[in-house]
Amino acid sequence: MKQIDCNEVTKLVRDMCINMNIRMDAGIKEALENSLDSEDSPLARDIILDLLKNKDVAEGENIPLCQDTGMVFAFVELGQEVKITNGLLSEAINIGVRQGYEEGYLRKSVVACPLRRKNTGDNTPAIINYQLVEGDTFKIKLAAKGFGSENMSALKMLNPVDGWEGVKAFVLDTIRRAGGNCCPPIVVGVGIGGSFDKVASLAKQALLRDIGRPNAEAYIAVLEKELLDEVNQLGVGPQGFGGATTALALHIETYPTHIAGLPVALNINCHASRHGVIEL
Amino acid sequence: MNTINITTPLDDTTIAGLKAGDRVFIEGIIYTARDAAHSRLREMINNNEALPIDLRGQVIYYVGPTPAAEGRVIGSAGPTTSTRMDIVTPMLLEKGLKGMIGKGDRSKAVIDAIVRNKCVYFAAVGGAGALIASSIVETEVVAFPELGTEAIRRLKVKDFPAIVAIDAYGNNLYMNGPNEYLARK
Ligand code: SF4
Repeated sequence: MKQIDCNEVTKLVRDMCINMNIRMDAGIKEALENSLDSEDSPLARDIILDLLKNKDVAEGENIPLCQDTGMVFAFVELGQEVKITNGLLSEAINIGVRQGYEEGYLRKSVVACPLRRKNTGDNTPAIINYQLVEGDTFKIKLAAKGFGSENMSALKMLNPVDGWEGVKAFVLDTIRRAGGNCCPPIVVGVGIGGSFDKVASLAKQALLRDIGRPNAEAYIAVLEKELLDEVNQLGVGPQGFGGATTALALHIETYPTHIAGLPVALNINCHASRHGVIEL
Repeated sequence: MNTINITTPLDDTTIAGLKAGDRVFIEGIIYTARDAAHSRLREMINNNEALPIDLRGQVIYYVGPTPAAEGRVIGSAGPTTSTRMDIVTPMLLEKGLKGMIGKGDRSKAVIDAIVRNKCVYFAAVGGAGALIASSIVETEVVAFPELGTEAIRRLKVKDFPAIVAIDAYGNNLYMNGPNEYLARK
């Protein structure tokens, strides 16, 4: 039976918290560079070039790309045949977050009570989701999520008759209204189906996919492309100042749903899309 | 798109010369304040207390930087979303504040107050916190140290990169920018 040592998990979580906040995701970098091919607004181009410069400064000086170093999300895929040793897994993850945010000089952005708003001082707790899978898989998808983009996310329970056109209208309207608040260019995660809670989780999972990798199902992949094109015709542009580059990628995740429902959720991520995978 | 070098505190002539869409590089002193500091300032104004800084001619930057590692002036220091400050902003503009730096559109009440008081709203590139930090040469906490990253800091900046988002005439790049882009297509 495969054994996973909590101390090892803590160390890897710590390192990834620091790394993903300082080093720009390779897919984002590539998408930003490619966007220069089609972007003809001078200010929009300037902004994209600034973001690429920002990447170099962050790496060169070892400081975070963005000052909002986010709240940490962990999606754990745990094989049924794995045994966790030396402690509690959730605790191991949280200790890794605490160490990473302290030692990496990252910002502590978590408050303990949403109403009384006292900072926890160490950026914990992380939001942890577990999925039980077969075999001896052990995988943690980790993300540090900024809230400028999180705040512009939305969920709607559509009617089945609204169909794909209804989903598109909702997505386009939400992104238009978000304007510059979510720091475009953005990455768009769309969840369709499931239930009220499931659809939000699908949208978040969609953001964890490698930037621009299409959905495995061809039917959905076609829709992703169609909707991304329409998002980029909105004209919102980098920082909301107009241009062709509103979104760098759009990912859709779906799940079966009830005959009476068509839930849709839109989770927006900014170009500071910080995520990574830990596998043991 | 013009590129203009400006110095703080801001005077009326400088502000009058800025148009939405201009790129600016700012030199001088600016102050940081975000959500918690704005709540405090509002409380003080409502209680008729003296404010910890004289706002006349000054610029406030909406930022909560990451902690500075040893030997650094400041950590990553990009703008936060401005609209959360909208309720308090008109009060501060009445007190003589002349400029703000943040990201994202402002409420109608704020835009009206900008025009009425002849002020300017700049956008800094959201997410470019490392790049922006290189233009900050000195920092000092001047009020509410207990607020940590949200304390009011005095920043000395040189070539701080920003964009005029809403000018003193009420031109708004968040509206005009996308509209002009769509008109060109
Ligand atoms: S939305 Fe993203 S890029 Fe913008 S400030 Fe927040 S974390 Fe940074």
